[in-house]
Amino acid sequence: MLKKLNDFKVGEVGTIVKVEGDGRIRRRLFDMGVTPGAEVFLRKKAPLGDPLEINIRGYELTLRKVEAELITLEMTTILEREGEK
Amino acid sequence: MKRFALAGNPNSGKTTLFNNLTGSTAHVGNWPGVTVEKKEGVYKRKKSEGVEIIDLPGIYSLSPYTPEEVISRNYILDEKPDCVINIVDATNLERNLYLTTQLLEMDVPVVVALNMIDVVDKKGDVIDVNTLSSKLGVPVVAISALKQKHTEDLMEVAIQASEKGREGSSVLESSRIGDLVKNVKEDYIKNEVTHPLFHAIKLIEKDELEKGSKEANALIESYKESFNDDTFGDDFEAIVADERYKYIAKNFAPALKRKEPLSKDVKKRLTVSDKIDKVLTNRWLGIPIFLVILFLIFHFTFSENFLYLSYSGVLDGVNVFNFPEDTIQSAFNGAIVSDGALMSPGYIITNLFVGCLDSIAALIAQGLESIAAPMRVQSFINDGLIGGLFAIFGFLPQILILFLFFSILEDSGYMARVAFILDRIFRRLGLSGRAIIPMIMGFGCSIPAMVNTRTLADDNERTATIRVIPFFSCGAKLPILAGMAGALAHTVGMSNPDLITYGMYLLGMVTALVCVILMRNTTMRGKTPPFIMELPAYHWPQFKALMVHLWDKTKHFVKKAFTIILLSTILIWFLQSFTPDYRMINEDSSLGVNDSILAQLGMIIQPLFTPLGFGSQLTTYGWVFAVAAITGLIAKENVISTFGALASLFITVDPSIIESLGEEVGPAYAMIVGTGISNAGVISFIAFNMLTIPCFAAVASAKGELKKGTFKWTLLFWLVVSYVVGTMIYLVGEWWWTVFIFVAVLAVAIVLIVYINKRLDQKNNDKIKMS
Repeated sequence: MLKKLNDFKVGEVGTIVKVEGDGRIRRRLFDMGVTPGAEVFLRKKAPLGDPLEINIRGYELTLRKVEAELITLEMTTILEREGEK
Repeated sequence: MKRFALAGNPNSGKTTLFNNLTGSTAHVGNWPGVTVEKKEGVYKRKKSEGVEIIDLPGIYSLSPYTPEEVISRNYILDEKPDCVINIVDATNLERNLYLTTQLLEMDVPVVVALNMIDVVDKKGDVIDVNTLSSKLGVPVVAISALKQKHTEDLMEVAIQASEKGREGSSVLESSRIGDLVKNVKEDYIKNEVTHPLFHAIKLIEKDELEKGSKEANALIESYKESFNDDTFGDDFEAIVADERYKYIAKNFAPALKRKEPLSKDVKKRLTVSDKIDKVLTNRWLGIPIFLVILFLIFHFTFSENFLYLSYSGVLDGVNVFNFPEDTIQSAFNGAIVSDGALMSPGYIITNLFVGCLDSIAALIAQGLESIAAPMRVQSFINDGLIGGLFAIFGFLPQILILFLFFSILEDSGYMARVAFILDRIFRRLGLSGRAIIPMIMGFGCSIPAMVNTRTLADDNERTATIRVIPFFSCGAKLPILAGMAGALAHTVGMSNPDLITYGMYLLGMVTALVCVILMRNTTMRGKTPPFIMELPAYHWPQFKALMVHLWDKTKHFVKKAFTIILLSTILIWFLQSFTPDYRMINEDSSLGVNDSILAQLGMIIQPLFTPLGFGSQLTTYGWVFAVAAITGLIAKENVISTFGALASLFITVDPSIIESLGEEVGPAYAMIVGTGISNAGVISFIAFNMLTIPCFAAVASAKGELKKGTFKWTLLFWLVVSYVVGTMIYLVGEWWWTVFIFVAVLAVAIVLIVYINKRLDQKNNDKIKMS
């Protein structure tokens, strides 16, 4: 199922299919490892609901919903961590 | 001497390695042409000749978008270091090697330092260093910068590598665009460009800084026509990044053999960082915890009623030091417990330190008197040198403690979380959460804070942040705050000046926020900058690194005290001790301090500050505040050291009270009583000094960091803000009903700004529609 990252719920995992946006923002996303094929796990949302914290390529990255909207993923699984709802 | 450059991602342990290699030889300078911090040091071990080490800024890529990336790439391209040591975080191979693939494209020897190998070992994972090295085509040395393991081997290998030279290689050469890379590179070689491979790839990526020959551009254009990719079309910037990661995943990543495969089970497990984060970035507790931490830091440093013990009464009648009033040791009275209140650790250290300073000052004064030194000499040493310098030195402990706390917050990785939890609020102001890091660093010192804004990619965001950084009151402004607040508390009979101190910090922060909102809605309108940031794993701040920070800060402070502050105090002493016709005031009983050159000058500018409450309305000595404010422009510590140098002249104030208040607060108290300044005037004076143009050094940093043309406006901005805020405080403090006038003016201003912005947006929309 194709889904944008900003629509993900905490705990959902997906593989990046497409990264949109222009110039600077997209290049920044690429440089941080947000490229098609990478697996993303939505770790949590900030206290005020935005930005998001994702786990990608083995590290934690934070980005806003606006930027997450540029990223389309194929959702694969839902992970529930120990001790997390 | 050979020169090696250290390059790597932020949080990869670069600074730790740099500190280890260079030890005490490290020094900080500026990059040529820009006021951006450049760290250099010398590596020296027994036999070999020294190697100069240059610490490049921490970067993720060599894109043209942030100043740090541009600095790093230009350094390697133009300054031709003998070797680049690329430090790679072994616990995060994939992303770290992305930068490596770019570094390898330059014609420079590269050695990969695989850092944090001890953490990998501990997990039971294994990295096959030989495979990685042969795949990368450069030497790889596994090290632990923290535990100082194999760093000497690393340098040995780097020295060997530097002797051979190296031609750039790229993972793209074997990719789908390999032909194109090769052809464009040929063109660069033909034009005798150095680093042809690197430049060729940058041109293919459409890098802003890369021009390339006509032929090369034509090559790419024609290639594009025949090239089409399902996902990326002919977007080569995306293709290049994608190919790099694909290559890393296929060829480099397998060098890591995990003890347990990265299955769901392992992912499910919470790491220590995750557990800490569950609390610190908790949905409900995250923001309150941050506020509590901030409060505790200030409470620990400034409170004269630690943990509010005085209300419990347990310490009533307790006296740790109780020396007779007329002895030199009496300077220590009340250092730890005073009137049933326990001092905060910050104040205890300060009081003990100030006690020593006061005793030394008293001994020197006694000594000079006993040898009957001439009046001019006594006055010069007691009032000019010691009065001014000691008034400043007394604050060193608190400055260091505050600095230590903020270093810990930064080094531990918490600061990045603060950005994460507060981004939503900052976005409302038109900034990203990232901007909060330099702002909080501003509490320590504005200069590193301004340097830190380089990590902000948006120009408007950088300018707005740099402008408000000085409002986050720095260590040098602490003497003004604590000195004046202490004196004011004494005047009005308040037991705890820390409330005034906190209030002033809060005022600075609120002013900063209001100014950011104003700027982003008027002169600096534009899109809210993006927020894409790594959240590094938490780790214990390293004791050694913290001590290095503190030592640097102390050195900087002492140097400043003995140069610019000392010179200013001597100058002030001279100006206040002599009349324009060079008669000394102390030696002639017909003369008073108001006959001094300083007073004459001060009286000229004094009326300027009338709306702020420390101008013409003050009695005879009112000019001291005007003079202090001006000397503060050189270094903020001067404000209080000026008072220190002047205090002995205020014969109207009982000297024993001044003495009992100590070197810090005494002089400020003398000024308040001696001039008859109102309480609102005192607060206005603190606010003015806190918000106005910062010290010389910070102004120079701001000039270096700001875009051309914005600097003069920034100076004006600081002046206007401090003047307006000072005036508001004074007027509202004296005549409370003026608050209605300010509210009304503010309301009109808001309505106007909203209206004008709507009109402008409409015009823009119309324009877009027209075209």
